[in-house]
Amino acid sequence: MGLEEKNFIEINPKRCKGCAACIVACPHGCIEIGSEINQMGYQFARFAVRKCIACGLCFYTCPEFGAITVYKKPRKGA
Amino acid sequence: MHTIKHQKARSLYPTFERKAPGADVSHYCPGCGHGTVHNLIAEAIDDLGIQDRTIFCSPVGCSVFAYYYFDVGNIQCAHGRAPAVASAIRRTNEEAIVISYQGDGDLAGIGMSQIVHAANRGENITVFFINNAIYGMTGGQMAPTTILGQKTVTTPEGRNAANEGFPIGMAEIISSLQAPVFIERVSLANAAKVMKARMAIRKALRNQVDKKGFSFVEILSPCPVNWKMTAVEARRWLENNLEPVFPVGNLRDLPKGPFDRVDKKKVARISNKKILEILGVGEEEVHAGTVQLQEEQNIKIAGFGGQGVLSTGILLANCAIAEGLKTTWLPSYGAEMRGGTANASINISHTTIGSPIVSFPNVLMVMNLPSLDAFEDTVRPGGAIYVNSSLAPRKVRREDVAAYHIPVSDMANNLGAIQSASVILLTVYALVSGAITIETLQKVIPLSIKRKNLVDLNMRAIEAGIAWYGENC
Ligand SMILES: Cc1ncc(C[n+]2csc(CCOP(=O)(O)OP(=O)(O)O)c2C)c(N)n1
Ligand code: SF4
Ligand code: SF4
Ligand code: SF4
Repeated sequence: MGLEEKNFIEINPKRCKGCAACIVACPHGCIEIGSEINQMGYQFARFAVRKCIACGLCFYTCPEFGAITVYKKPRKGA
Repeated sequence: MHTIKHQKARSLYPTFERKAPGADVSHYCPGCGHGTVHNLIAEAIDDLGIQDRTIFCSPVGCSVFAYYYFDVGNIQCAHGRAPAVASAIRRTNEEAIVISYQGDGDLAGIGMSQIVHAANRGENITVFFINNAIYGMTGGQMAPTTILGQKTVTTPEGRNAANEGFPIGMAEIISSLQAPVFIERVSLANAAKVMKARMAIRKALRNQVDKKGFSFVEILSPCPVNWKMTAVEARRWLENNLEPVFPVGNLRDLPKGPFDRVDKKKVARISNKKILEILGVGEEEVHAGTVQLQEEQNIKIAGFGGQGVLSTGILLANCAIAEGLKTTWLPSYGAEMRGGTANASINISHTTIGSPIVSFPNVLMVMNLPSLDAFEDTVRPGGAIYVNSSLAPRKVRREDVAAYHIPVSDMANNLGAIQSASVILLTVYALVSGAITIETLQKVIPLSIKRKNLVDLNMRAIEAGIAWYGENC
């Protein structure tokens, strides 16, 4: 299954500081810290496991501005 | 097509150009609670549709730079004074949505009295109090909210009540007051609690939109760097250690405030006439309203304390009021009221005066030499300097100003009224500038001076000033 049928989040590598607060916040273990380092020197988080329910808990917990965007999948038949 | 369910609030700038380098990220440490609260506030501002009328009063502390992020009106306040600034905005701009955003050092330390009095007045403002139990910006000193046993730079062995007192529960202090309508303490310890914080923040802002009154949200917030923990550990520590000392929950949620500030009829107002009476101007007795100023008068009167500099300034301002003009009077004096130096700034204008401060006067009246030395160079070209030549023996050096050297101390001494020397100077100024009339001066003096013999002396001083003007100008 591709992302087009599932909820997902986007983490902007430029805006993430790799604090991992979102990882703890996610009830479905969707987020992990990646191995890459961004321009600011932070090992940023990434969306890894596609069980996202678009609840927004990661979004509301994140202390950065616009680091996380949450996308909801299309409704059936839409 | 996927739809965006959650994204950065519009009330935050797309990128943070004032913060360079790194205009995509905040200046906060990784995992700091300030950013989370900013996001929640910004979302509430978006959803309430109040971005174009919100004024964000930021504190001194790590959030001093909130104006890098919030695309609203911003004021950065002196340490602890955000509630006073917010109150002033509230009283002068009914439509503004005013936020006072403060840390614990700011609100519960240096600003303790400001917050208590703003809350006690029930100002219709919203206060977000970020309690991270430490002074973040300055590197982790003890805050009033530091818990017992907590190690900080200034409590290396842990806070000890016998030495540093107990942690202060601000939400509880605020709830001991009658006026606030909404008081809640929330926590950022985990996602569910962040969602509760979100609701409290929205409520506290909606209350203000509904003109309900003072709303206060205390937010227990992680400071991973100064707590010397990771962001994740800090959230756990917060839950296990701060929450037992500062229990989360709602302390008050009233349907409306105890008084309705919005309805002006219910607030007793003092009439203009009464104000003039208190000031000793007596509008009805004098009001002339005939003066046409050539230009706005920005006046500095300076001399020794005790030379009547400040009271002469008041007299001048009262005369201006009596003429129907706008005026301000601002005193400035050293610690020594007598013998030290003093000066007063007076503005006189036909239109509303923006600031009472006079840094570059177009009129300078000096009663002694130190004042002439101090202020001569500040006078604007084309201005005028009136000098008490009895005590300032040198001439005005500037050639681009008009100068009047009048031996007013000697003249006043001859009248047997040394205290009225500055009134002679004022009389000459009145005649030269036409900013106030002699008639008004003569009418106002008895209203502000109660002792009959002093009134007579001042009247003679005015005559002396008129005589000098007649001979010299
Ligand atoms: C008048 C004045 N006194 C002291 C300071 C130094 N100072 C800067 S920030 C701060 C405390 C900040 O702590 P807090 O309010 O808890 O905010 P945080 O940084 O933790 O968010 C102090 C004492 C100052 N800037 N101005
Ligand atoms: S909470 Fe935000 S800043 Fe922290 S790791 Fe997750 S996305 Fe990055
Ligand atoms: S929206 Fe909810 S489920 Fe999806 S990643 Fe964020 S926290 Fe996890
Ligand atoms: S010092 Fe503490 S309060 Fe300040 S930015 Fe860092 S984590 Fe936040």
